[in-house]
Amino acid sequence: MELYVVLKVIWAVLLGVLLSGLAVMVGMDMGVGTLLRFVGKTDVERRTALNIIGPHWDGNQVWFILGGGAIFAAFPTLYATSFSVFYVVMILLLFSMIMRPVAFEYRSKVDTKKWRGAWDWAFLISGAVPMIVYGAAFGNVMQGVGFHYGWDGQYYQDESFIFYLLNPFALLCGVMSLALSIQQGATMLMLRGEEPIYGRARKAAIGGGIVGAALFIIGGFWVAHISGYAFTSPVYPGAPATPLNGPAVAQVTGAWLHNYAVYPILWALPALGVAGMLGAAVMNSARLPALAWWLGAIGWISAIFTTGASMFPFLMPSTTNPSQSLTVWNASGSQYNLGWMLFFALVFTPIIICYTSWCFYVMRGKVKAEHVAHDEHSY
Amino acid sequence: MPLIDPSVVDLSRLQFALTALYHFIFVPLTLGMTFLLAAMETVYVITGKQIYKDMTQFWGKLFAINFAIGVATGLTMEFEFGTNWSMYSHFVGDVFGTPLAIEGLMAFFMESTFIGLMFFGWDRLSKPGHLAVTYLTALGSNLSALWILIANGFMQNPQGASFNPDTMRMEFNSFLNLVFSEDAQAKFVHTSIAGFVTGALFVMGISAFYILRKQHREFAARSFRMAALFGVISSLAVVTLGDALGRLDYLVQPTKIAAIEGLWQDSDAGGSAAAAPWLVFALPNQATQTNSVEIGIPYVLDPLIAHSFSTNIPGLISLEQQAGPRIEKGITALNALQAYGKDHDTAALATFKANESDMGYGFLAQRYAPNQDLSLITPANQDAVVAQAEKDTIPNVFVTFWSFRIMMALGFYFVALFAFAAFFSLRNRLERNPFLLKLCVWSIPLPVLACEFGWITAEAGRQPWSVYGWLPTFQAASSHGVGYMVFSLLGFALLYSVFIAAELYLMFKFARLGPQPHHAAAPEAAAAPMFAAPAE
Repeated sequence: MELYVVLKVIWAVLLGVLLSGLAVMVGMDMGVGTLLRFVGKTDVERRTALNIIGPHWDGNQVWFILGGGAIFAAFPTLYATSFSVFYVVMILLLFSMIMRPVAFEYRSKVDTKKWRGAWDWAFLISGAVPMIVYGAAFGNVMQGVGFHYGWDGQYYQDESFIFYLLNPFALLCGVMSLALSIQQGATMLMLRGEEPIYGRARKAAIGGGIVGAALFIIGGFWVAHISGYAFTSPVYPGAPATPLNGPAVAQVTGAWLHNYAVYPILWALPALGVAGMLGAAVMNSARLPALAWWLGAIGWISAIFTTGASMFPFLMPSTTNPSQSLTVWNASGSQYNLGWMLFFALVFTPIIICYTSWCFYVMRGKVKAEHVAHDEHSY
Repeated sequence: MPLIDPSVVDLSRLQFALTALYHFIFVPLTLGMTFLLAAMETVYVITGKQIYKDMTQFWGKLFAINFAIGVATGLTMEFEFGTNWSMYSHFVGDVFGTPLAIEGLMAFFMESTFIGLMFFGWDRLSKPGHLAVTYLTALGSNLSALWILIANGFMQNPQGASFNPDTMRMEFNSFLNLVFSEDAQAKFVHTSIAGFVTGALFVMGISAFYILRKQHREFAARSFRMAALFGVISSLAVVTLGDALGRLDYLVQPTKIAAIEGLWQDSDAGGSAAAAPWLVFALPNQATQTNSVEIGIPYVLDPLIAHSFSTNIPGLISLEQQAGPRIEKGITALNALQAYGKDHDTAALATFKANESDMGYGFLAQRYAPNQDLSLITPANQDAVVAQAEKDTIPNVFVTFWSFRIMMALGFYFVALFAFAAFFSLRNRLERNPFLLKLCVWSIPLPVLACEFGWITAEAGRQPWSVYGWLPTFQAASSHGVGYMVFSLLGFALLYSVFIAAELYLMFKFARLGPQPHHAAAPEAAAAPMFAAPAE
């Protein structure tokens, strides 16, 4: 295989890794935000819940920023098109996301019910909305989006935002994503929290895992009935990356299961997904949150790679001009760019993993309510 | 192919400018304060004096209030290229996205991970361990600025990439040229140090407030002195680097430097380039291409810009005229490119290659072409189109001229203020100079203002280009409807207003409250958390 094709495939896998990091790490913090009003009845309980992720949320959030930057660089046309095509939800996502850093820092700095109550709502919105949008984006992309390009590469939108905002399959994916984020967040609260937060979080974690697994299975059957996309003329994976002169593409019902028919080993991915989600629920019910956290992460990651494997090499098909659908082959960066990016990823990812782990290690142990109440540095 | 609705382009520009300028209210303080905090903590670790730990923690708390909004509004910046500048992202994503991605990997992860430990790890890390964490946070935030400004440097002076007609975009071809772009490097140092000035004046101003009120005396005096010394060095450096940056603009962005200086005619138009005046005051008029009023100092312009007494600096009028032939070649280039895109005709490719370096100027002509279609330009109507497009090749002179002058005047003011402040602080005579102290308090927001005007100079002066010489701004936007833009603008206005209100409220509250050293009242509680909870 030529080097350029290898690089494109590596970056498609790394895109999955980034989306997984985002889902697991940012999703966990957002799950805590969503659950804040539920797991914490008193102010001290809520502060305790916040301080469990307090030292880490900022670092975790970088997965989100890095996700944006890496898609920009590795798949420039995908970044340019998807962010604009989904303008209304992307802006809603941004609005909810930007409340979160401020909410963390400001909530506990003023001791009035009104002030803290308002920021608690901000946590709910900035936890739930982004996770629903995140999942719904997968659902929408799987069904294709209405867009085409002019001769110079400028994109034009061919569908109204109502379509992607109120799309049943996308909403299913959105709720599934919310459920999994609740599972991960609640499990973290169990890991570092004590009663009564522990008990409440346990219920949410078990519920999140079961709902997530159920929706994942329903979604799997649904996919067999939606229109997937398939090439109907030869494809040259190593060709210069442009969607402008692409091969013919047809909409075919059930095409998203085609890769699974060709490579049955891929069924391991959804199986691992369901097993991870349900296994995490069982472990949480058995009060083993550390094991549950890793199983839940495996469930999340498998669900994301299940989607990727069913669509590969498509990234974002076009309903109105299928031959301009974005794929791993035609939306990527140049060979030179993908090479340099890979170099930086290989150098820095191990370093990041080391210091992030060290940071979790330093801050290990239970967060106690009485400590939070007296520590000036806490949220 | 129709161009994007001009009002959508304007609204997109407004949104980007507002969100970027808002973001940069908070960034300079982050850049400067992280190093100031590291310096204070270094003194603490070396001397073991509790007061320096109190300083690190108190200023760290104010820093955190500021930092949160900086992070939040930075999210907007990372996504706005995709949401509102689709053509831009497609056109240069292969080279512009890369520094942004590297920024995440190398810098932002480091800053964000260690800032958690910096605030939460006081009781869990050894003294040198915590100091290392503080330095890593400072290093992370400044490295972050480096990569962002490398990306910005590409917009100003695009190097390290070339246009690929097969993919219709600029493609990355030289890592070294991108990273060691002189524009990027000079701007990085200029911007980071402007952040140091901001941080120094912030600490100095609030300390002056305590000295005036005779509160927290020792704490305030020490903080003031450290900040003043830090400020003297940084403010001198920021002015020096500003000069370097101006010279680079002269070399690679002649329209920007001419607009900054309000220079319509060539500098040797009066007979001698050396005698050309540097304008202190002028009212540039874009319509008549003259300055309505101007007051200048002769013999300053040439040495200032070109570092010479005999170099002619081209004026805006001749720069416009020079753009004419480039627009003509650009039209040829784009028509050939479109033909090549249709059927990969090699003759069309050859024509394109011959005119490639002017293709951006062809885009400028598009809005004046019949039906906005370049292929309809004929020898009969070409001159009229070119004449109109020529006028678009220079930036808004009034805005560029005045934002530069405000920034520069503030820069020299800071040098003077820090010099006096350091002098009186070292002689322990601050309390006898209430006027200087008040000036310090009232000057706290000025460095941020200078930074904002610096950005306006740089980015308004870059117009009409989003990527200088290659892609006009009006071509770079996403083709949204006006309704979308109104929706997002209103949302940003609402949210950002709430944020700034909350920020200022907390900042004033905790600054007025001042440091709450526990050790004076209860020396036995040294192991407990550092400050008593603020009384509410």
